[in-house]
Amino acid sequence: MKILVPIKRVPDPYGRVRLTPGGHVDETDIKWVINPFDEIALEEAIRLREAGHDIEILAVAIGTTAWEEQLRTALAMGADRALLIQQEAPADPGRISHYLAAIARQEQPQIILMGKQAIDDDCNQTGQRLAALLQIPQATFASRIELTPDGTCARVTREVDTGRETIEVTLPAVITADLRLNEPRYVALPAIIKARSKPLLRIDAAQLQIPPTAPVTTLRLETPPPRRAGRRVGSVDELITALREEARVI
Amino acid sequence: MDPLLVLMETDGTAVLPATLPAIAFAQAWTRMTRGRFHLLLAGGPDIVTQAETWRGYGEERLLIASDPALTHPTADRVAAVTLQALRATGARWLAGTASSFGKDILPRVAGLLDAPMISDVLSMQPDDNGPIFRRPVYAGNLIATVQIPPEAGVVSVRATAFGQPARATPGQVESLPVEPASLPQGTRWIGQDTAQNKRPDLTTARVVISGGRPLRDPETFEQILGALADKLGGALGATRAAVDSGIAPNELQIGQTGKVIAPELYIAAGVSGSVQHLAGIKDAKVIVAINIDGDAPIFQIADYGLVADLFQAVPELTRKL
Ligand SMILES: Cc1cc2nc3c(=O)[nH]c(=O)nc-3n(C[C@H](O)[C@H](O)[C@H](O)COP(=O)(O)OP(=O)(O)OC[C@H]3O[C@@H](n4cnc5c(N)ncnc54)[C@H](O)[C@@H]3O)c2cc1C
Ligand SMILES: Nc1ncnc2c1ncn2[C@@H]1O[C@H](COP(=O)(O)O)[C@@H](O)[C@H]1O
Repeated sequence: MKILVPIKRVPDPYGRVRLTPGGHVDETDIKWVINPFDEIALEEAIRLREAGHDIEILAVAIGTTAWEEQLRTALAMGADRALLIQQEAPADPGRISHYLAAIARQEQPQIILMGKQAIDDDCNQTGQRLAALLQIPQATFASRIELTPDGTCARVTREVDTGRETIEVTLPAVITADLRLNEPRYVALPAIIKARSKPLLRIDAAQLQIPPTAPVTTLRLETPPPRRAGRRVGSVDELITALREEARVI
Repeated sequence: MDPLLVLMETDGTAVLPATLPAIAFAQAWTRMTRGRFHLLLAGGPDIVTQAETWRGYGEERLLIASDPALTHPTADRVAAVTLQALRATGARWLAGTASSFGKDILPRVAGLLDAPMISDVLSMQPDDNGPIFRRPVYAGNLIATVQIPPEAGVVSVRATAFGQPARATPGQVESLPVEPASLPQGTRWIGQDTAQNKRPDLTTARVVISGGRPLRDPETFEQILGALADKLGGALGATRAAVDSGIAPNELQIGQTGKVIAPELYIAAGVSGSVQHLAGIKDAKVIVAINIDGDAPIFQIADYGLVADLFQAVPELTRKL
């Protein structure tokens, strides 16, 4: 079985994102990482293999040559090969899903296991769009994945607003990972160096001949007004008085 | 402008209140574009009984797609029916709420339409070159203003952004024929594990009490924070750390990847105030932080900060209220 894991390069979630005076994201101090949800998706693919299924893992990124760093990390974690679809301009989920669909048609993976959301654009769209383009089932926000013994279906527990839901999808399918699916392993530097011998292929995005899609144009980025700093209260009694008489919320 | 279709949120049997923010958006859209909107109700045979209660927001039509094949509204099937409804009404715009239901289904419809989608819309503004939307990015650290072409699009609406919809003239009820054999067959619904919640819904509660990692276990969480929530008629919420450690169930997670809330009063006890957590509480009217560490980042945004041990302060607060 083949599992395709899309990998996005994003700023470290624990760092702070600032704007330049020109209104662009200031990239000077950014530490780049694999999107945390994609890391979870990759970890799950590796665990399925470790559980005894015969699985080949292909990591795919659509981005600039700088993104090879994250693909190398994915190889070090356990992906078997990686593919960089080289493209300079950032693209929205509509377009990204077309690139991924093109690769999926070539590679015919049984599962596309990916993050539910990229922590930079916070769109939460690409997996669902991809499933629609490929006309295959989707299981989003997965917190547990189990393959049926004959390998034709996946049983997925999903995190939903009311609790948890379980569905079974016939493969091939798109599954998107939520935070509770697993905790990704740590990759040590030697593993990253060793992974240099694993295949990383680059192709030019133009080669895939994706027809134009209606664009989402970013007109402006701004920092929201900060919340007014409040004050400290010295005791529970003082807090109660403030809530009753000042804020009038209780 | 072409009409807008609202995908109503259902569990297959009944309409859920999470539908309301999308209807409020549709009303704002209609006012700004002098347009019109339709509602789509999809579910099993019982869903038909919901039409009377849930129409009457100024919609032109309420379409009902009802069939046993939709008793469990899985994304592939509801998306297919939504596409059919868009075609039947000539609507080129689709809106729903950015809940787990909407986040699952709306992008799939956008994929079927091959149309751009804007997630988590905070506000909108019409423009000749296509509508302009504001939405949070980077866990709400930045706000993006984005535009899509005027032809077609899908939006998911942040639940706290457009207020409550106003009651207005009810539209025509129409049924949308469903052909079960032509619906996707690749997803089977197995079951659900819905928490028994005796408290108000977290996303709409007037008061929310939340806790983080120091709450230790579900019993302590319930005992310390549950008592305060009940005293104030509030809901319980939690941080990711609390959910990950099994202290609170996943549906209580607030933040970038959990729920977004806008209560009048938010009390955070033992919550450090990470960027990801703050993404979910920025619209709270009054934020109270109780934390033992005076340097915890949560104090930078709290209206009232109390440096104290929550195991003493929270029970004292409950007792004295
Ligand atoms: C991709 C991604 C997405 C995320 N999404 C979310 C999200 O949606 N929501 C979310 O919440 N987090 C999210 N996180 C996690 C987030 O970064 C933080 O790790 C998390 O919010 C911390 O939870 P906490 O405040 O409970 O724990 P901690 O950071 O451990 O803080 C505990 C706090 O309790 C205080 N404390 C300890 N003992 C006491 C006591 N006796 N009395 C009073 N105070 C005490 C401490 O001083 C400390 O400030 C996400 C992270 C990533 C990487
Ligand atoms: N440029 C990209 N390259 C590879 N995968 C991507 C890219 N953009 C998005 N994805 C995948 O799509 C998921 C959801 O992204 P989004 O819809 O932008 O929130 C991410 O977690 C990735 O798995």
